[in-house]
Amino acid sequence: MTAADDLEGLLRDLAPRVLAALVRRYGHFDLAEDAVQEALIAAAEQWPDRGLPGHPRGWLITVASRRLTDELRSEESRRHREEAVAAEPGPPAIAAPAGEPAGDRDDTLTLLFLCCHSELSRPSQLALTLRAVGGLTTAEIARAFLVPEATMAQRISRAKQRIAAAGASFAPPPAGEWAGRLAVVLHVLYLMFNEGYAATSGPDASRPELTTEAIRLTRAVHRSMPEDAEVAGLLALMLLTEARHPARTTPDGGLVPLAEQDRSLWRADLIEEGAGLTSGALTRGPLGPYQLQAAIAAVHAEARAADDTDWRQILALYDLLERVAPSPVVTLNRSVAVAMVNGPQAGLDVLATLEGDGPMAGHHRLAGLRAHFRELAGQREAAVADYQLAARRATSLPERRYLESRAARLAGDR
Amino acid sequence: MKYMLLIYQNPATWRDLPEPDRQAIMSEAGALMAELTGTGEWVGGEALADPSTASTVRVRDGVPAVTDGPFAEAKEQMVGYCIVDCETRERAVEIAARWPDARLWGMEVRPLLSPDGVEM
Repeated sequence: MTAADDLEGLLRDLAPRVLAALVRRYGHFDLAEDAVQEALIAAAEQWPDRGLPGHPRGWLITVASRRLTDELRSEESRRHREEAVAAEPGPPAIAAPAGEPAGDRDDTLTLLFLCCHSELSRPSQLALTLRAVGGLTTAEIARAFLVPEATMAQRISRAKQRIAAAGASFAPPPAGEWAGRLAVVLHVLYLMFNEGYAATSGPDASRPELTTEAIRLTRAVHRSMPEDAEVAGLLALMLLTEARHPARTTPDGGLVPLAEQDRSLWRADLIEEGAGLTSGALTRGPLGPYQLQAAIAAVHAEARAADDTDWRQILALYDLLERVAPSPVVTLNRSVAVAMVNGPQAGLDVLATLEGDGPMAGHHRLAGLRAHFRELAGQREAAVADYQLAARRATSLPERRYLESRAARLAGDR
Repeated sequence: MKYMLLIYQNPATWRDLPEPDRQAIMSEAGALMAELTGTGEWVGGEALADPSTASTVRVRDGVPAVTDGPFAEAKEQMVGYCIVDCETRERAVEIAARWPDARLWGMEVRPLLSPDGVEM
């Protein structure tokens, strides 16, 4: 870890706390967020030369406050000018609630609730969370999602306008809404992780790692509410999945399936932490989908070799998952465990339930698994055709390459 | 998820349209682009010069052969494209359906292949 990484880490940790301090003092979430970004940039420029200030957080709050008050003053004079033309009220500011200031950790959580506001689309929630809570710049977020910076800037500013228009306040949700709002935050963090995990090490080395960011933010939520089993479960799921990262791709960017990964490359430190969190969460309950997915990942992680995998236990966990949070994706993944325990035909029978006109019917993963089960069942011709079908349906280049090579390997086997 | 919307026109029909109609089509597309920029879905796009200005290049046995005109001989030709980043395919189709060219000719909606992927 270099000094630059240390500084970046410090700034990202401070970002949500500085923003919370500003919003609490002045309201105006959207303007405060811009001011904090400017203060972070100033710090990144000045601190390496002049040394760390005595109170980094105080420094950032002072600089950001100055920018914000300047901005508010110029807004005010602009409004005065405009009021002469049209007397139209601006968007309502995000009022700070009257009450005692909460701790820093709760501030991060409160900001997450705000950035994952239900008025926002998923892409907007992701972008705003990365900027306002994660402290990433718009350019970095744009690179992570492979879109132009202007597109991302627009998404973020629109998200802030929507939050202001919704009259959202900088306060934790009321008790009755807490669980539902937390579920949205966790889902956004889960999507952020998945987006990062799918990023294969392509030519763009400057692409920031969303997995790191998702884990960091989920850790922050876990610190705020260590007793919540689903938060712990999500963090565990991320760690156990990230542990496979070094083994999941070939040097040329090809994908290595779970069964063929070199397990000695899996990160033992992440597995240990993830497995510990999982068993802690499962004993605490109540049971939820993230804990169950983490438990499944932990069973995979425990197997020294693919052949040692305890598929019966994985199937039992999928049965539970399907009861707790049924979805076509869960059924699709469960079919693998069914095939491994009860044979490929049983797996094909499960897939058949998804083949109607549901959301999975045209999905390349359904065709890919059908191909895999048919291959296991010795139906080579049908398996080749299904691998080819899956390759045609894939919208991911590495996944298409993988499916094409499976088809070619099997077809050449005769 | 990113989609390319390929805009198809019949250049002969386009030329035969009255000038106000052509202007209306252009400004309708312009307004749509502005709207998509506003929603944060617009990634980029370009218009192409007339298909008659195209050169088609084929290399056979190491020898390049260049012919005038577009690759596919058809009445409708691709005259431009845009790339949008939206949540669902349905949304991409909805955008394509609002493109003025869709009423007169056709739009093709194609998902881009993502460089990202997850092992199976």
